[in-house]
Amino acid sequence: MTLARTHLELVGVTKRFAGNDGDVEALAGVDLVAADGEFVSLIGPSGCGKSTLFTIVAGLEDATSGRVLIDGTEMRDRLGATAYMPQHDALLEWRRVIDNVGLSLQLQGVGRREARRRAVPLLERFGLGEFTRAWPWQLSGGMRQRVAFLRTVIADRPLLLLDEPFGALDGITRADLQQWLSQVWAEVGSTVLLVTHDITEAVFLSDRIYVMGPRPGRIVSVLDVDLPRPRSAALREDARFVAVEQRLRRDLHSAMLSWGEFSTPGPDGRQSGA
Amino acid sequence: MTSLAQPDRQVRAPDGPAGPGAAAAPPGPGARRIRRRIRRTVPPIALLAALLVLWQVIVSARHISPLVLPGPTLIIRSTWDDRANIWPAIGVTTEEVVLGMALAIVVAVVTAVAIDSFRTVRGSLYPLIVASQTVPIIALAPLVLIWWGFGLTPKVVLVALFSFFPISVGLVQGLASADPDATDLLRTMRAGRLQLLFRVRFPSALPQFFTGLKISVTYAYSAAIVAEFVGAPQGLGVYMTTAAHAAPYRTDLVLGAVVVIAILTIAMFLLVGLIERLAMPWRPRR
Repeated sequence: MTLARTHLELVGVTKRFAGNDGDVEALAGVDLVAADGEFVSLIGPSGCGKSTLFTIVAGLEDATSGRVLIDGTEMRDRLGATAYMPQHDALLEWRRVIDNVGLSLQLQGVGRREARRRAVPLLERFGLGEFTRAWPWQLSGGMRQRVAFLRTVIADRPLLLLDEPFGALDGITRADLQQWLSQVWAEVGSTVLLVTHDITEAVFLSDRIYVMGPRPGRIVSVLDVDLPRPRSAALREDARFVAVEQRLRRDLHSAMLSWGEFSTPGPDGRQSGA
Repeated sequence: MTSLAQPDRQVRAPDGPAGPGAAAAPPGPGARRIRRRIRRTVPPIALLAALLVLWQVIVSARHISPLVLPGPTLIIRSTWDDRANIWPAIGVTTEEVVLGMALAIVVAVVTAVAIDSFRTVRGSLYPLIVASQTVPIIALAPLVLIWWGFGLTPKVVLVALFSFFPISVGLVQGLASADPDATDLLRTMRAGRLQLLFRVRFPSALPQFFTGLKISVTYAYSAAIVAEFVGAPQGLGVYMTTAAHAAPYRTDLVLGAVVVIAILTIAMFLLVGLIERLAMPWRPRR
């Protein structure tokens, strides 16, 4: 199957929350572009506002200022315009695998039988054919994430938002799933925005990587990843891959240095820097 | 019951990229579960039997008058002989219990959804419901009788009053326990309030709802009988007062009714447990 593609553009997106000591600025003027069919990642340390940015793009929250353009038009109500995969798989324990995958179809008014009919080929195509009737608790962590991803894909939205989808998995499973995701994406071809804090994951999957710095969250650098596709596990050993990783690591490091994350405690015991 | 126990539906870890996380262990074969159930049920039954034998021995050896304390065998024999009277009483009281529980469930669902959906209701009503537990509901029995007379209604109302609190509190907490990630996910799928309620919040609330239901079902017969004590034409409570006021008074039948009530309560508890399992087929069986 091939999904429609879309073009996402964020222009000067800011977000402020009311805090105890006045407003807290979570995002300060974020600009970002994900062109049709591009795989774009957002990487940054914890608490840099990646997930906040995501909830804004998904339409769960409003930006304080700035614009979110989808295919060139500003959309105020973005709920339903994107397919969103939250950090934890959020599988509904009371629905079988097949019905979790077909959830968005049923919410749109498609009958259960038809939703199942459409979910089966997807599950079979992507290695879950044996587990269509299983309950979520019967699946391993990696399988749950794959089900969650297929649930995102079946919604047939041109823009997929993946919020640290593999963050809770062990390293080996994560590497396998990155490979799997890369293959699925190559087939569906939709535009993807991925949030991650894993450098290798970002390089392996992305066409472009935005590095975010914290407090307030902002884009500190942008890297284009000109590595050939399809990408296999062997690419991780490639000198070009390692070079991109190193550059990304440096950018992240300086983003955190500028905030004071790595600085030594000052004489008064407080962090210096920033 | 659920299909999970059947070997053909068991799930094994895939050879694919699921990795070492591995699928959860499938439930053991039926024989092992039966053995475990026997190990769980035999000790309490054996203890109960031993206590009954001890009771019988003491009553016989000390020649205690059956008017004061009849032995277990006499209680069982007398109750069985009087079954023509006790059956209709069981029917009446059970009807009160079932209707009272049903009323409590309906009111609790409506209240809990309102508390869950509207902040003003949560802020105003919920504290009152919790505080209402300081009111001795048994003491309301005469009042309920004044308002609704001697018929079925006051019993149903009293059972509902007893049952309402555990069910509603369980539901409120259960609804609030819904995974916020799942809620967000469904919102991005443009789910409406009702869809969120039926697809996420109600299913999330079921375990706590059933916990509340199990607690209230243990009160329900007591509540019905107290209501009958205060005034009723028939029922187990009436049966007990009649036996207690007979000449000579029938301690054996009073105790027989107590045993019947205990058995009915256990049966109701088990029934709720069965409904719970049927209502949540997705839960792993222990």
